[in-house]
Amino acid sequence: MGRALAILIWLLTLGTVLLFTNGGWWFPKAISEHGPAYDRQFMLTIIVVGIAFAAAQIGLGLAVWRYRSTSSGERSVYSHGNNRLEVIWTIVTAVVFISLAVLGQSVWAKLHFIPASADAFRVQVVAQQFQWNFHYAGKDGKFGHTDPTLIRDADLNFVGLDENDADSKDDSVVTSLVVPVNHQVELMLNSKDVTHSFWVPPLRFKQDLVPGMVIRVHFTPTAVGKYELACAELCGALHYKMKSQMLVLPEDEHKALIALPQAQFQVRMKELLDKYPFVY
Amino acid sequence: MAETIAVHETAHEVHRHPAPTGFIRKYIFSVDHKVIGIQYLLLALVSVFIGLIMSVLMRIKLTWPNSSYTILETLFPTGAPGGVMSPEFYLSLVTMHGTMMVFFVLTTAPQGGFGNYFLPIQVGADDMAFPTLNMLSFWVTLIGLLVLISAIFVEGNATVAGWYAYIVPTHKPSGTIGPIGGWTGYPPLSALGQSSGPGQGAGVDLWIISIAIFCVGSLLGALNFITTLINLRAPGMSLMRMPLTCWAWFTTAVLALLAFPVLLAAGVLLMLDRTAGTSFFIPGGLVVSDILQVSHKGGSPILWQHLFWFFGHPEVYIAILPGMGATSHILSTFARKPIFGYRAMVFAIFAIGLLGFFVWGHHMFISGMSPYTGMAFSVLTLSIGVPSAIKTFNWLGTLWGAQIRFTAPMLYAIGFVSLFVAGGVTGIVLGQTGLDLSMHDTYFVLGHFHLVMGVAAIFGMFAGMQFWFPKMFGRMMSENIAKVHFWITFIGVYSIFIPMHIMGIVGMPRRYSSFEEYLFLGKLHPLVMFVTISAIVTAIAQLLFLYNFVWSIFKGEKAGDNPWEATTLEWTIPSPPPHDNFAGRIPVVYRGAYEFAVPGAPKDFVMQTEPDIGVPFVTMSENGSDGDDHNGHKS
Repeated sequence: MGRALAILIWLLTLGTVLLFTNGGWWFPKAISEHGPAYDRQFMLTIIVVGIAFAAAQIGLGLAVWRYRSTSSGERSVYSHGNNRLEVIWTIVTAVVFISLAVLGQSVWAKLHFIPASADAFRVQVVAQQFQWNFHYAGKDGKFGHTDPTLIRDADLNFVGLDENDADSKDDSVVTSLVVPVNHQVELMLNSKDVTHSFWVPPLRFKQDLVPGMVIRVHFTPTAVGKYELACAELCGALHYKMKSQMLVLPEDEHKALIALPQAQFQVRMKELLDKYPFVY
Repeated sequence: MAETIAVHETAHEVHRHPAPTGFIRKYIFSVDHKVIGIQYLLLALVSVFIGLIMSVLMRIKLTWPNSSYTILETLFPTGAPGGVMSPEFYLSLVTMHGTMMVFFVLTTAPQGGFGNYFLPIQVGADDMAFPTLNMLSFWVTLIGLLVLISAIFVEGNATVAGWYAYIVPTHKPSGTIGPIGGWTGYPPLSALGQSSGPGQGAGVDLWIISIAIFCVGSLLGALNFITTLINLRAPGMSLMRMPLTCWAWFTTAVLALLAFPVLLAAGVLLMLDRTAGTSFFIPGGLVVSDILQVSHKGGSPILWQHLFWFFGHPEVYIAILPGMGATSHILSTFARKPIFGYRAMVFAIFAIGLLGFFVWGHHMFISGMSPYTGMAFSVLTLSIGVPSAIKTFNWLGTLWGAQIRFTAPMLYAIGFVSLFVAGGVTGIVLGQTGLDLSMHDTYFVLGHFHLVMGVAAIFGMFAGMQFWFPKMFGRMMSENIAKVHFWITFIGVYSIFIPMHIMGIVGMPRRYSSFEEYLFLGKLHPLVMFVTISAIVTAIAQLLFLYNFVWSIFKGEKAGDNPWEATTLEWTIPSPPPHDNFAGRIPVVYRGAYEFAVPGAPKDFVMQTEPDIGVPFVTMSENGSDGDDHNGHKS
């Protein structure tokens, strides 16, 4: 029984390691500036904990293999432990884990502690049950005034844009996110009903959209293409259908698009969405 | 010393109650901690099978989205029209499975069940400190369960319960959905009522009420555990002679005492938001389903998350600590070897419990909370890895140089160690602010917590059940059935939950009733299928456990007082024990809980109650150890 159990534990460990190392199922390729740093930290962590996992399981297997009860009536080693080993082990794990925690902050700090640059491309994002609304400032770079009392989905005014405000004349609101490549993007995230979460897996970050708050995040996309955008926070019955896309365009193509007035913007956007296939 | 004994005797005198004679007082409204413990175990057993069926239904929906089942249509005409599970129904299953398992299985069985039955006996008491309160805590919990079950059968958009229609046949059921919100019930979704969609009506009300009732029951239980352990220990049962199970149950009770009131308060606030027009969690200016919400302003959705996780994280340890205690206890017993580093084990339990209160924010890295607090929570979270690693190290140390007897409870306990490690290490990934950015709310999280607080804790319960069954029912559980059950389940849970980590790395989000919308998830289909088949096989294998449990109560081999040759107080009394446990006498304890393989002793185990074994005390310093020889003598 002991030997069979040891072999089983080792086989399950091996299977787990193989599943993690076969490479067939893994992250989509990162397309953000902080993405490679994220991937490095993930690999470092998964290797460290992978070693800890394998060592513990192999040790457990060894113990059950070697120390099964013999019929000779022999007794176990009478020991209540070993303080020195205990202290060494505690210090080693503490150093490893705390180091990982500190290293893990660097991606976080890049995203959250350094404010977006002044010339970042800005988009206001307003989520609602099962739909994403992206509000672009247009040519003037100024967002028109919005007011929740003006929201009327029936009139396609999803974000409550005040049409009497001069700044809103050239604004566009569409259901897809379009950003320039290799240029910093800042999103101002808000929700008009319940909590949602913005998530494009190749960007390597998630951020909740919380009603009553405007949360700012910034990133720099590094590859042109069309990527799937999902909601990652349970937001109601059709949560699984709250899908959109993020289109990363060459800078000139993006600039030309943003300069268009709302009606043409939408037409051109459609063309571009058709032009670029999904990258996944 | 004499004075202490006198105090103990008085305490025992005061609350000693005669054995009841009628059936109802003996088995139904019993104040006997042993009967209440079994009642808790049965409650958990019913709940775990309901939760298990729900998880299988979810896997079926994810793998074969359009398959149809007549029984589902009969029970849930709205939730599963034509017998095909709707997205609403799927999310209702998500919510109910989580709530059922976390509260009514993982919190009840290890603590209310085994703890209730064995904590008083292991410390040498004849009952809990407050037997009537103990009875109350069970019945309150049972009411909570009934309310939760009724929530399943409440229609999404009306207050008429579906089951009502079966009692009054003239009322046609318009169908049932149940609450939608996950076990975490984040507002504003959970606070706005029906305006935020199906599954937000009466089902959510009942869900909140059920949890609130559960909190009350757990509080009553926690008070009892703490008082009993502090005041009713037998003479000689110093704290450092207690079995590690008692330390685990005690720490768990302290956690419950501090965590559940916060959840109770949060639940009341959420209920007020839903029914009384308050705005604790609802900000102003919301537009829900194109309607401006004018009656709410000024609340914070994140406040709920803080309150919920302030409870929710300690809850994880409430679920797992008793399993750790049982595992330590059982490993030492069948290794025939003293526990490695008893003192370190006690400190580790305490450290885990204490740190468990300072890490709730790691559930909220992406919630919009201040990123600076995220950093602090991250460092604190990873430091929990240290006491967890100490425990793992000591379990391996206990097995090293042992004479292991591979009984079924030992297999489950070894399985616990393996699963605890497998699930625990990925906490080091999720606890990092940076890495959580991508892993949050994916199947990686599902794999992690199911392994560590789900199945590891359940293996702790399997181990405990197999180990203590002879004491509780006077008969052994079948070793052979249990071994078959162990092999299938152990392989099964690895096959279910390890692939989930991979799904999470690829990016599969949790709480999705279908992945068909997303191209990047398409390649995961073989893995989804593999997990579902593993889940179905593993679920069916649980019938072996159920069969073994029921069959052994009536037909199991008769058990002696101490079938495992264990050392603690429960094995000094008959199986099953008499009403007042020690038949009127007070046990006196002479040594620590894990005195196996003492050199020179006549047998390879020395009971805690054996006064003199004719061998000189071995001091720990000779063994390079921690200064206390566990016989109560300082070296």
